[in-house]
Amino acid sequence: MNNMKTLIRKLALALGAALSFGLAASPALAAGGGILWDKFPDKRITDMAALQNGAKLFVNYCLNCHQAAFMRYNRLRDIGLNEQQIRDNLVFTGAKVGETMTAALDAKDAKDWFGALPPDLTLIARSRSSPGQGSGADYLYTYLRTYYRDETKATGWNNLAFPSVSMPHVLWELQGQQRAIYADEKDPHDATKTVRVFKGFEQITPGKLNQEEYNLAVADLVAFLQWMSEPNQNDRVRLGVWVLLFLAVFTVIAWRLNAAFWKDVK
Amino acid sequence: MAEFKEAPAGAPAATQVTTWLQNRFPTAFEAYKVHMSEYYAPKNFNFWYFFGSLALLVLVIQIVTGIFLVMHYKPDATKAFASVEYIMRDVPWGWLIRYMHSTGASAFFIVVYMHMWRGMIYGSYKKPRELIWIFGCAIFLCLMAEAFMGYLLPWGQMSYWGAQVIINLFAAIPFIGPDLSLLIRGDYVVGDATLNRFFSFHVIAVPLVLLGLVVAHLLALHDVGSNNPDGVEIKARKDPKTGIPLDGIPFHPYHTVHDIVGVSVFLFIFSAIIFFMPEAGGYFLEYNNFIPADPLQTPAHIAPVWYFTPYYSMLRAVTDPMVNVFAVVVALAAVLAVLKGGLAGKWKVAVLVGAVVVVAALKTFDAKFWGVVVMGVAVLIMFPLPWLDRSPVKSIRYRPGWNKWLYGIFVVNFVVLGYLGIKPPSEIGTLVSQIGTLFYFGFFLLMPWWSRMGEFKAVPDRVTFQPH
Repeated sequence: MNNMKTLIRKLALALGAALSFGLAASPALAAGGGILWDKFPDKRITDMAALQNGAKLFVNYCLNCHQAAFMRYNRLRDIGLNEQQIRDNLVFTGAKVGETMTAALDAKDAKDWFGALPPDLTLIARSRSSPGQGSGADYLYTYLRTYYRDETKATGWNNLAFPSVSMPHVLWELQGQQRAIYADEKDPHDATKTVRVFKGFEQITPGKLNQEEYNLAVADLVAFLQWMSEPNQNDRVRLGVWVLLFLAVFTVIAWRLNAAFWKDVK
Repeated sequence: MAEFKEAPAGAPAATQVTTWLQNRFPTAFEAYKVHMSEYYAPKNFNFWYFFGSLALLVLVIQIVTGIFLVMHYKPDATKAFASVEYIMRDVPWGWLIRYMHSTGASAFFIVVYMHMWRGMIYGSYKKPRELIWIFGCAIFLCLMAEAFMGYLLPWGQMSYWGAQVIINLFAAIPFIGPDLSLLIRGDYVVGDATLNRFFSFHVIAVPLVLLGLVVAHLLALHDVGSNNPDGVEIKARKDPKTGIPLDGIPFHPYHTVHDIVGVSVFLFIFSAIIFFMPEAGGYFLEYNNFIPADPLQTPAHIAPVWYFTPYYSMLRAVTDPMVNVFAVVVALAAVLAVLKGGLAGKWKVAVLVGAVVVVAALKTFDAKFWGVVVMGVAVLIMFPLPWLDRSPVKSIRYRPGWNKWLYGIFVVNFVVLGYLGIKPPSEIGTLVSQIGTLFYFGFFLLMPWWSRMGEFKAVPDRVTFQPH
């Protein structure tokens, strides 16, 4: 019996080791845009002012072309707005507050202009997660800050996190224009070759915001996208704490009840 | 028909109601006795015996949450994805119901894999419980079908392309393959017709079969009685006066209060996932599945959900060189059988002819087809386990010490195969999964020989039990 127990313990340890190895090794499979993602400041997701600012940026800059077809305007009450505020400040398309956030852009025009229909953004933060690389919010936070000028592209823009992206830099008037600096370096694996290494950005023209302000604005926008991908995620976590507390107490009671019944079994 | 009884005059209302019911539905009272209060189960059950009742609990969770999901879900290719998001956002508590169902699917497999493992290490499938094991294997098959078809319903990218890939596998079957896959899809690509028939199977057909099999599994179990970690038949030693097994204890209340402990620990873990990490790192809900199905855009990496990946690995392991390995193994086995098998002359010829036919077939049909065969047989090989195992004892406790290592390696191998099935194919991964596949099949097919080898310990007359 004891042998069996040590064996099981050994197996569990081996399993844990295998799993953690697997998780550590998984960045290798990450698809697209080979750069490391910056960490999205997670705390923003519970900051109502940040979410409201994010909502404002979203309807002003994103909702013209993208839609959020599963998201109702009046759900924005959950981030501390009332219906009148929503109607006055956030609905530009003439939609009713009970309707979903559809885009002003016609699907056929979108195909003609960008080559593809801009994706729906309701779930974009959830769908872009990549184990080992980061959350969808990390990706979006990186993506929206790494646009740079590239005259070889049709739109004049390129992106570090999403190379050859078909969307131009919509937030350029906030961020200004930057260009990417590359340097040729020796390939560490093959001395006869050189590789192009990204060295940083250089600001060409200033935007309305300085770099720090721009980072905060993008963080707000991403917080909103993350919140919108599952509007009740904060409530879910809050409720979960109570559920687990209840179950912890219940487990103790069940354990003692079991002991009370079994104490006479010889 | 039992005697008609009369409650004594002036008896309490509860007694009168019970008597009234007993006269009209004695079967229910009989069933309660047979399956609960007078079902004597061994008193030495350990940790591994929680998973049977937990499987039943998860089945109930899936059915109840499923009923509520069907009230709001739309099995229509243009509406399915949106209706799931509608459940997540607009239906009151819909998110909880949906997360319970999606987490329940993975929980079902975890619990059932543990339950099967318990059966393996304690020899619960051996005589007289062969039929219980076979019903269980059939339940596992149903569960796989149920999970596969259910996974299409959210109509995300992984739903769509996962179904596309797996249904296309059927097309590799010689002669009937293309027509068969067309029949399953109901169309030339996965589409609305596929979604509708999968919905029908997921919601009605498979659950009905599943429930019937679960009832058969339990009835057969209660007929022969439960096995236990010692593999001792408790019915062999009964109290001469009462006829009750000496090591048996009424299922209710003793094992029911015991199972409640298991249930509460299980629900703690289950709730932790639902409330704090419903996607479970992309393993329970894959991130790609939050993108609506797009028939024109194939995802870079398509992998089945984690619970299918050990079998998926074995499928991918079957490359052309692997088919050659199979051919060599079959040929060697045939030669060995002829030389050492002690067979009569005509059987020797039959074995050789059979081997030639199999090798010819291996070389004739595509490796992809043999991959499908390997995947199918990997599941079906569980069915004959009661006859593959020739060990004189049931429980691993009394088997030779090295058996523990063998069973341990079997589990590690299964987990490694599962891990490799999640990953995109790689050279080293394929090699490891090929070795793993050979080990998996070797474990079962050579069991008639290795299970008889070594020194067996003496099985005690009574179960080992320390009072709490």
